[in-house]
Amino acid sequence: MSQWEVVIGLETHAQLQTKSKIFSGSSIAFGAEPNLQANAVDIALPGVLPVLNREAVVCAIKFGLAVGASIAPRSVFARKNYFYPDLPKGYQISQFEIPVVQGGGLSIRVGEHEKFVHLTRAHLEEDAGKSLHEDFHGRTGIDLNRAGTPLLEIVTEPDMRSSAEAVAYARALHALVQWIGICDGNMQEGSFRCDANVSVRPVGQKEFGTRREIKNLNSFRFMQQAIDFEVQWQINEITEGRAIRQATVLFDPDTGETRAMRSKEDAHDYRYFPDPDLLPLEIGDDWITEVKAELPELPQAMQARFQADYGLSAYDAAILTASRGMADYFVSAVAAAGAANAKTIANWIMGELAARLNKNDTDIEASPISAPQLAGLIQRIADNTISNTIAKKVFEALWNGEGQTADAIIEAQGLKQITDSGAIEKIIDEVLAANAKSVEEFRAGKEKAFNALVGQAMKATKGKANPQQVNELLKKKLGG
Amino acid sequence: MSLTPEDVSRIALLSRIELSPAERETTREQLNGILGFIEQLQAVDTAGIEPMAHAVDVVQRLRPDVVTETDRRAEFQAVAPETEAGLYLVPKVIE
Repeated sequence: MSQWEVVIGLETHAQLQTKSKIFSGSSIAFGAEPNLQANAVDIALPGVLPVLNREAVVCAIKFGLAVGASIAPRSVFARKNYFYPDLPKGYQISQFEIPVVQGGGLSIRVGEHEKFVHLTRAHLEEDAGKSLHEDFHGRTGIDLNRAGTPLLEIVTEPDMRSSAEAVAYARALHALVQWIGICDGNMQEGSFRCDANVSVRPVGQKEFGTRREIKNLNSFRFMQQAIDFEVQWQINEITEGRAIRQATVLFDPDTGETRAMRSKEDAHDYRYFPDPDLLPLEIGDDWITEVKAELPELPQAMQARFQADYGLSAYDAAILTASRGMADYFVSAVAAAGAANAKTIANWIMGELAARLNKNDTDIEASPISAPQLAGLIQRIADNTISNTIAKKVFEALWNGEGQTADAIIEAQGLKQITDSGAIEKIIDEVLAANAKSVEEFRAGKEKAFNALVGQAMKATKGKANPQQVNELLKKKLGG
Repeated sequence: MSLTPEDVSRIALLSRIELSPAERETTREQLNGILGFIEQLQAVDTAGIEPMAHAVDVVQRLRPDVVTETDRRAEFQAVAPETEAGLYLVPKVIE
């Protein structure tokens, strides 16, 4: 029984967040009625000419800078020829021999294991329209609103070795394109679509196996399922003596299976050639410098800064920079509560808040507790106004909108910690008197009995006593 | 290099052009004539010369990212063979 190695490369189409199309002045807003946003260029009337959208190029430059790629000083648009009714020109304008972004890569993390995924290229191209196959009495309906929407197709080297790595890469890329503001990342609306090239080979074999391409994976869960199924299928085929044939396959979420669509046309069939309607795209150093100045601090730089400035672990820093929303929340909370509380803030965001958001299926951008609100709560823990246990209660109240600030809730619900040692001593005396048996057990050497007494004292103060103080005073009394 | 009748058939298929056997032969002769010109061009030594992407030596002009087009669907669809609910209808496409 031989061991198999999985080899995966991903191609991702990211719709760029421009206002107008890549080669025409039509709007690209999602959800318009069919063909209202399809003008003469988009529906390919004879005699029209494409004119390149400057902002689409800016998006490509931003991406290239963010992944440490080289930006081609001169790149060329090409025609990719194929026939399909949602592509009215009979060709897609893309880039072939000289793409705008070359090389670069992304760090990914699977558990504790870190890895660098190399990018081959990223190129600008136009999206096709949509075909609707149902409900038109045996005809296909064509909506060309999407035709001409600017896309950046981002292609990796075959660097990934498991579905988990492929998903980690896709997630990292998804976060990055949103982070730098070039794509809204909406997978349901098709703004971020992945194709996975999957092959298997016996461990130790140098040559890659024959790959099959799984098209249009529009969720991370489907990506994982589709790749896992495909890998098992390929291993079974080979084990049973059948060769893998290169093909394009689709994933059916209902059955969890992949099935072949058509045998993949080889690249030659697309008959790429430079588009005579478009001149070479030149990007000078001055333009790159200008775009660089507009880029926000990138996740990796921010990670390093969080570790250096706040003493966070690499793992925590990575989680807090996993998305722009998460990072913005953390930065804003630290600004409000002070850098000294950064570690506590990190713990609360990754612990209590993340759990609550997850449970309610809410994004951090829509969190019912704002960053300044959480900061206010953490400041009251820091200055000993409330204990951690009470803080959880206040968190709950903030989440449910019972008050605007932690202070207001602490005040209204009387949650202020009792730190007056006279008051605590009085309560401890009462507890000792009422629990003579525990006192005896403790004196007989049972450490557990001490904890029981602390518990009783905390209970008597409804959790408001400072636990540390209770501990100390109790020790003193029992010792004396 | 010269094209065989099979090469011509394949190119015609990719281009969705139907050719009768007679047309195929005429087309083959014409294409081979064009390839002959290209062979002459290829005889020129171009070592060290950067390939041009376009016959005109200027660079791409860029357009500001502004929506300039308005809805003209009714006009466009008036000349379409078949439309329904705002969609262009075509013979069923089955993957």
